[in-house]
Amino acid sequence: MEALYATVTGFLAASGLYLALRGRTFPVVVGLTLLSYAVNLFLFSTGGLTTNGAAVIRDGVNDYADPLPQALVLTAIVIGFAMTAFSVILAMRVRGDQGSDQVNDQRGEESKEDKS
Amino acid sequence: MSLPLIVLLPLLGSLVPLLSSNRQRNLNAWSTALLPAIALGIVIAHAPGVVAGEVYHSSMSWVPQLGLDLAFRLDGLSLLFLLLILGIGLLIILYARYYLAPEDSMPRFYAYLMLFMTSMIGIVMADNLLLLWVFWELTSLSSFLLIGYWYQQSEARRGARMALAVTGMGGLAMLAGFLLIGHIVGTYDMQTVLDSRDLIQADPRYLPALLLVLLGAFTKSAQFPFHFWLPHAMAAPTPVSAFLHSATMVKAGVFLLARLHPALAGSQLWLYIVTLTGLVTMIYAAYFALLKYDLKGVLAFSTVSHLGLITMLFGLDSKLAVVAGLFHIINHATFKAALFMSSGIIDHETGTRDIRKLSGLRRSMPMTAALAGLAAASMAGVPLLNGFISKEMMLTETLESGLLGGLAWLIPVLATLGSVLSVAYSLRLIRNVFFGPEAKELPKTPHEAPFPMRLPMLILVGLCIVIGLIPAVIVSGLLDAAARATILAPRPELQLSIWHGFNLPLLMSAIALAGGVGIYTVRRNLFNFQRQFPQRNALMIFEHSVRRLLQWTQVTIDRLENGSLQRYMLWLIVAVLFLTGSGLLDLDQLQGSRQPQPLDGLLLAGAGITILAGLGTAILHRRRLVSLMMLSVVGLMVSLAFARFSAPDLALTQLAVEVVTVILLMLALFFLPQRTPKESSGARVVRDVLLAAGFGGVVASLNYALLTRPMDSISGFFLDNSVSGGGGHNVVNVILVDFRGFDTLGEITVLCIAAIGIYKLLNRLRLFMPSSDSEGRPWSRDLHPMLLATVSQSLLPLALLVSVFIFLRGHNEPGGGFIAGLVTAVALILLYIARGVDWAQQRLSFQYQPIAVTGVAIATLTGLGSWLFGHNFLTSAFGHFSIPYIGEIELATAMLFDLGVYLTVVGATLMILANLGKLTTRHRPSKENEKETV
Repeated sequence: MEALYATVTGFLAASGLYLALRGRTFPVVVGLTLLSYAVNLFLFSTGGLTTNGAAVIRDGVNDYADPLPQALVLTAIVIGFAMTAFSVILAMRVRGDQGSDQVNDQRGEESKEDKS
Repeated sequence: MSLPLIVLLPLLGSLVPLLSSNRQRNLNAWSTALLPAIALGIVIAHAPGVVAGEVYHSSMSWVPQLGLDLAFRLDGLSLLFLLLILGIGLLIILYARYYLAPEDSMPRFYAYLMLFMTSMIGIVMADNLLLLWVFWELTSLSSFLLIGYWYQQSEARRGARMALAVTGMGGLAMLAGFLLIGHIVGTYDMQTVLDSRDLIQADPRYLPALLLVLLGAFTKSAQFPFHFWLPHAMAAPTPVSAFLHSATMVKAGVFLLARLHPALAGSQLWLYIVTLTGLVTMIYAAYFALLKYDLKGVLAFSTVSHLGLITMLFGLDSKLAVVAGLFHIINHATFKAALFMSSGIIDHETGTRDIRKLSGLRRSMPMTAALAGLAAASMAGVPLLNGFISKEMMLTETLESGLLGGLAWLIPVLATLGSVLSVAYSLRLIRNVFFGPEAKELPKTPHEAPFPMRLPMLILVGLCIVIGLIPAVIVSGLLDAAARATILAPRPELQLSIWHGFNLPLLMSAIALAGGVGIYTVRRNLFNFQRQFPQRNALMIFEHSVRRLLQWTQVTIDRLENGSLQRYMLWLIVAVLFLTGSGLLDLDQLQGSRQPQPLDGLLLAGAGITILAGLGTAILHRRRLVSLMMLSVVGLMVSLAFARFSAPDLALTQLAVEVVTVILLMLALFFLPQRTPKESSGARVVRDVLLAAGFGGVVASLNYALLTRPMDSISGFFLDNSVSGGGGHNVVNVILVDFRGFDTLGEITVLCIAAIGIYKLLNRLRLFMPSSDSEGRPWSRDLHPMLLATVSQSLLPLALLVSVFIFLRGHNEPGGGFIAGLVTAVALILLYIARGVDWAQQRLSFQYQPIAVTGVAIATLTGLGSWLFGHNFLTSAFGHFSIPYIGEIELATAMLFDLGVYLTVVGATLMILANLGKLTTRHRPSKENEKETV
């Protein structure tokens, strides 16, 4: 099960990174969102994978899931949303002001290379 | 203690001139002179004590962690310099009153001048190495302002910049040297450092420390090869040159040599470096002084030459040489300041400083001619004037030095050569300017300057004569005191007198005078000889090299930072891969000791769907809508994964965020192109796929290695204390609002800031709104389907009720402020989607920014509230209360904090989504709408 979990994390990270390396804003934003899923899964797993663990304290129960990574990931999810929102709206602003949705500075060498 | 006052009064004095206007010039000058005059009074009051051997100290702690104290001392060396700085400074104030033209701002000039005076006083009185350095840099800064006083002239600006660059650089080197000395000695206290000579010189760090400190001193005192800035600093008004470049700033370097003489001098290293640098500078600059046509240029190079002379004297391994150096500091300050003033008067009254144009001025300005002649004679070392005595002492000392072993005769010969040149340029200065036929075609008709302008010269030249005639009476006390501070020894047998009998030094002096006259007569040949060398302008060379440096930097920056996000990402990922990958290489094997947990079909299916959806998002990214749908599948699967692995809170949060994210990206997609054009080259795709695969592989390996290794969690503490300490059974929520409440506070603040940032980004944003989808099909005319509208409306109260429920139970069951906030936001957004912005706007006519800000405020105030009860920030309290009909209920202050979280999440999410949605309508965010709704 651990190997499967790690494989999923790896695939998500790879897909997210591939998208983040694209030259247009929207795929980059989607890629960052995907990457943040992978990161959240990774962080969550640092507490170990608990099946049927208790999330809430009850008398007589000893098998709890690790709450600390959960708390950290919970805020990370919300912050991740804020980051996605900010970057996508920045992308819209750039398109509005410059008429382009390319991520590279138009004066740069690389963007020319990308156009060809 | 009145020592700090000596520094403080001129500092306050830099404000005084700014109080009166430029037109009240007399008032301005007199009021400026007042405070330094009082400071001079205080110094003089201390003088008898200092001459008697007393050393005054005063110390206040400033930054004890750095070893920086506000410590001042007043010993013989400080006294000598203080008298020069304050005395000549007062004369300069008087002189400048008449020198400055009506259009020059006098308050600004005096303010800079006083600032400079303060920093100079600070240097000579500092009793702490770091403090000395602070004032040292202040002189660089204030002299920059003074040299660039006529900032409308390019020459002044460039000269000022070069002076600042050179002396500032030297100052930084000096700081490094001071830090080394401080590390060797263990303190920056001046007295301790001065007493630790053996300790310092035995340390291997002595060599770098000495070189760095000397670099500071040599750049400041314009020693070869750092002399080039001084001639260009002559673009300053002449009073500035007279003050900075004769008596004070350039003397700071030789002051430092004298100040640190007890600690650093005495080694072979010091002897060779300091003496030879001084000697070379003396001859080199004297030669160029002879060739200059600008009056101030001659004076600038002669200043460099005399500074070389003083440096050489401080280098020689004899106590009398040091005394001679100190004496020459006084003498040079008097005659050189007077000469600079005379050049200022000539410039002022004739309109030019070019020696080739000036001639016969003794008829039109007899008094200036007489005074300048006497000062120049002192500079040349003519008997009965003070320059003669110190020059005689210098020649005596060069004879006695054991430097260079068998070639020791070279030193006195070269010193004599320097004197010969000195006589020649002094003679040229006076004879060409004041004698000969009357000059014609001068820009102005020459006449004598107003008497108050000549008065400072008169006083200085008077001093030259008096010191020259009766040196023992006037300066021996002061010199003794200064020498005691510099060589820390009983004063050497010092005989200050004019006549020492017929001896070798006298012969050398005679040779210097005769040779000088000789060279002067054949100067034409010298000029012709010099013409064969190309003219080199230090300023041009300096600026050229600075430009080259800047260009090189710009090219390097452009290469690294070319504006390509893709390239930055590439470097980032390569770095991550390298760092993380190398860590993985160190593992013996990837699998740890933990027993793997069993797999089941459901898990396999879930993992398969997630991987496929993830890959689909990437592969289909050019069809953006499809890609987005794939992304939402991944999000939902992640949410399920959280649920599967015992994290209900996370599953709920992920689910709600997923909904919000997809709505957000859908909305954004409306305004962005629906498809990504195919533009990456095949090679680029291969590169990125390889990179992504490598990254995924490293992440997966790392995750696997982590999961299969036994781990010690600190979570036991939270599980044990959640109920007893936080009053809640849902540990995750208790961690968020209580144990790690400070983190959460930061988190919601970031959320709020991001939302406000987005609001501003949307302000007045106008985007193209497509009227059809990517296939060219027009949008449906049924904008708000009836079914959705009806359902959403009836769903709203239910959704709100659910969110309240989730909020209230959050402390003990899965739920809490974050999730409840997201549910509320989603319910309201649904209303916007179903009914349109106009409809929703009429019913929800309030701004969301205040809600988010109120949320952060409530959370912060809850945290602050615990201070009222004497607890730490964000300490929570809770209790059980019995309410009739409802039963027992638990209330905790953490719930109030959670309310803040709830409000922030609602406000921020709606601020982002609702405002983005409003872009399509006339309610778009803009300044006008803000006024309407607020």
